[in-house]
Amino acid sequence: MLTDLLGPHAGFIVASYAITIAVVAGLIAWVVVDHGAQKRRLADLEARGVRRRSAARPVDRESAA
Amino acid sequence: MAISITALANPTRFLGLVDKAVPWLAGLTALTLLGGLALMVQSPPDYQQGETVRIMYIHVPAAWLSMFTYALMTASALGTLVWRHPLADVSAKAAAPIGAAFTFLALVTGSLWGKPMWGTWWVWDARLTSVLVLFIMYLGLIALWRTIEDPTRAARPAAVLILVGSVNLPIIKFSVDWWNTLHQPASVFRMDGPTIDGSMLTPLLVMAIGFTLMMVTLHLLAMRNEVLRRRVRALGLITAGGAR
Repeated sequence: MLTDLLGPHAGFIVASYAITIAVVAGLIAWVVVDHGAQKRRLADLEARGVRRRSAARPVDRESAA
Repeated sequence: MAISITALANPTRFLGLVDKAVPWLAGLTALTLLGGLALMVQSPPDYQQGETVRIMYIHVPAAWLSMFTYALMTASALGTLVWRHPLADVSAKAAAPIGAAFTFLALVTGSLWGKPMWGTWWVWDARLTSVLVLFIMYLGLIALWRTIEDPTRAARPAAVLILVGSVNLPIIKFSVDWWNTLHQPASVFRMDGPTIDGSMLTPLLVMAIGFTLMMVTLHLLAMRNEVLRRRVRALGLITAGGAR
């Protein structure tokens, strides 16, 4: 049936699109999962009171006032 | 332009820009790719290749992006070495896995196109071999960044290696003109204009724009992740220093 639609080399065409979809899905999953992991690590460190100097500055000013 | 580049040197400002731009870019990418696929479905089969020509609509954009991404990394390497832009190394490092993925797609879809059309999965001709070298360059750079833990120490050797590898870009582009290859010569970007019929050229260009938008979106997201990873590392070092 697929060969009726896409000719005798339907398998090659379908495989090309399937691999492309899989690789693009993998790239999207990589950026999404990595973002979640970095945000969690950052939140964990900040919850333990570790702050970047630039992020800590406004707090310091408030406490000084 | 100089002001905007200077403004982007601030990673926090850059992250804010990414958060604003990505939803629009992702939407535009999806719309362009859907439009390209719709045009591809309506495009006619090739008079020689038949329906197999449909592999072209993903193979060619993937191949273009394999080179475009490396060109972007070359510009980023110059940014690291010449201007020492804080985000240049972040840009190069974030682009490498994306470039490797598109190069892998170009090689695999090319192979899947070559088998029914040329009768072979692979030949060691100049175009295929130089693209394989590009793929190995991407993997080598990813390995380099993973080997040197401190990103500031990895930045310069990676930038030098990227610049050395950029010699391969004109070799890939002109390999089909300089040597006798099984791969066909350029049929879109030619001095005398494209040799592809408009009914196939339009969906090909729309797919290429869609792939490029997708690459830009993924690159911005990967850069955001890399900025966050470096913040996590910096905070981890503060914690380690405090524990001593």
